[in-house]
Amino acid sequence: MAGYYHREDLPRFPDIGKNAPELWQKFSDWYGAVFAEGALSEREKCLIALAVAHAVQCPYCIDAYTQAALEKGSNLEQMTEAVHVACAIRGGASLVHGLQMRNCAERISM
Amino acid sequence: MSLVSIQHPLASAAEQLRVLGRPAHKPFERALEECRLVPFTATGIEVLQINVGKLCNQTCRHCHVDAGPDRREQMSRETAELCLAALAGAAIPTVDITGGAPELNPNFRWMVEEARRLGRHVMDRCNLSVLLLPAQAGLIDFLAAHRVEVLASLPYFLEQQTDAQRGPGVFAKSVEALRLLNAAGYGRPDSGLLLNLVYNPVGAFLPPPQASIQADYRRELSRRHGIVFNSLYTITNMPISRFLEFLLRTGNYDRYMDRLVNAFNPAAAAGVMCRHTLSVGWDGTLYDCDFNQMLSLPVTGRAPRHIRDFDLETLVRRRIITGHHCYGCTAGAGSSCGGALA
Repeated sequence: MAGYYHREDLPRFPDIGKNAPELWQKFSDWYGAVFAEGALSEREKCLIALAVAHAVQCPYCIDAYTQAALEKGSNLEQMTEAVHVACAIRGGASLVHGLQMRNCAERISM
Repeated sequence: MSLVSIQHPLASAAEQLRVLGRPAHKPFERALEECRLVPFTATGIEVLQINVGKLCNQTCRHCHVDAGPDRREQMSRETAELCLAALAGAAIPTVDITGGAPELNPNFRWMVEEARRLGRHVMDRCNLSVLLLPAQAGLIDFLAAHRVEVLASLPYFLEQQTDAQRGPGVFAKSVEALRLLNAAGYGRPDSGLLLNLVYNPVGAFLPPPQASIQADYRRELSRRHGIVFNSLYTITNMPISRFLEFLLRTGNYDRYMDRLVNAFNPAAAAGVMCRHTLSVGWDGTLYDCDFNQMLSLPVTGRAPRHIRDFDLETLVRRRIITGHHCYGCTAGAGSSCGGALA
């Protein structure tokens, strides 16, 4: 699947609204509102987005929120820690399911 | 190494203009038309920015001047006298001395003394490390004695980013110089000695909001190094000279230009510094700004082109020369020698 994702596609994201413009408009408005300064700063929201981008492994989001995080004044130390948070949750989520494995093993074992 | 010293094609202003002139983006003039800012003219001259030469003790990777230790272009005493004569006859309140490292010009201290004698506010665009050179002994005391505002470049509050842009060891020298400035009273509340820092992105991205990154600098420089300052100004990297070379070499040029063009801000455009600044080159040629100066785009029309012919009435109404590079000053919150605009 090499070449499946193309950097130049990201600016074409709005094309997805061509066959559902009202849904795209609602999504765009909501998206903008989500990232506006609120109880969390724009910079904090960018770091969350960057972490989630890694968790969902979206290359477009990783590019977009790496640039955005730098433009909000974050540095690589902070951004790397954010990625580790995502990885810790992903890894922890797998590991904690080990309890399901243990429960199952106990249930069927002598 | 400067682009000139390695005979890089982008050392030529004509080659830079050729690259910038590719028709991939909307002409800047059309962007101005769309927000009814044409004809784009000066609104006054509040600042006389004098570039006294390209000699510098650093070779920063983004430098729009292509300055460095190998550059020899320096404003002569004769041209410096013409600048002071122009100032004496015109009510321009601020003199902004830049370079290169302006302090390395042998006429720097004389120019400061004379401008202050005329009662003008004087700003020194300082790279900080120059203050530590043995040949510059007593410079901080001199600046303080003449109440010169120091605008010090510090692209980030951490060593890694600063050294990546400005050279190995520059951050440590910058911190040492800032401590000396603080010790002399610079940046201290109520001292009247202004120490303002300048942030610029270490890469192909726009600056963060000025207030936000200023708060980071204030907290981190105080906590890590005990350093205080007055204000932080954010400046966008302009797509010219060494930063243009970086953009092209790393394949970032088109994306960066898209970023600048898409972030065009009419409010920032209305207040760009060229509308209230006049820039003087090391040889006395007049420009709308330091960036036009580096692209060899002097003032045009009926305005005099050399400081010897300075005429406030003509220059104050001059039409400003623009190009694709001007998107650098109008993107996002805008950018100027005094930081964000909108």
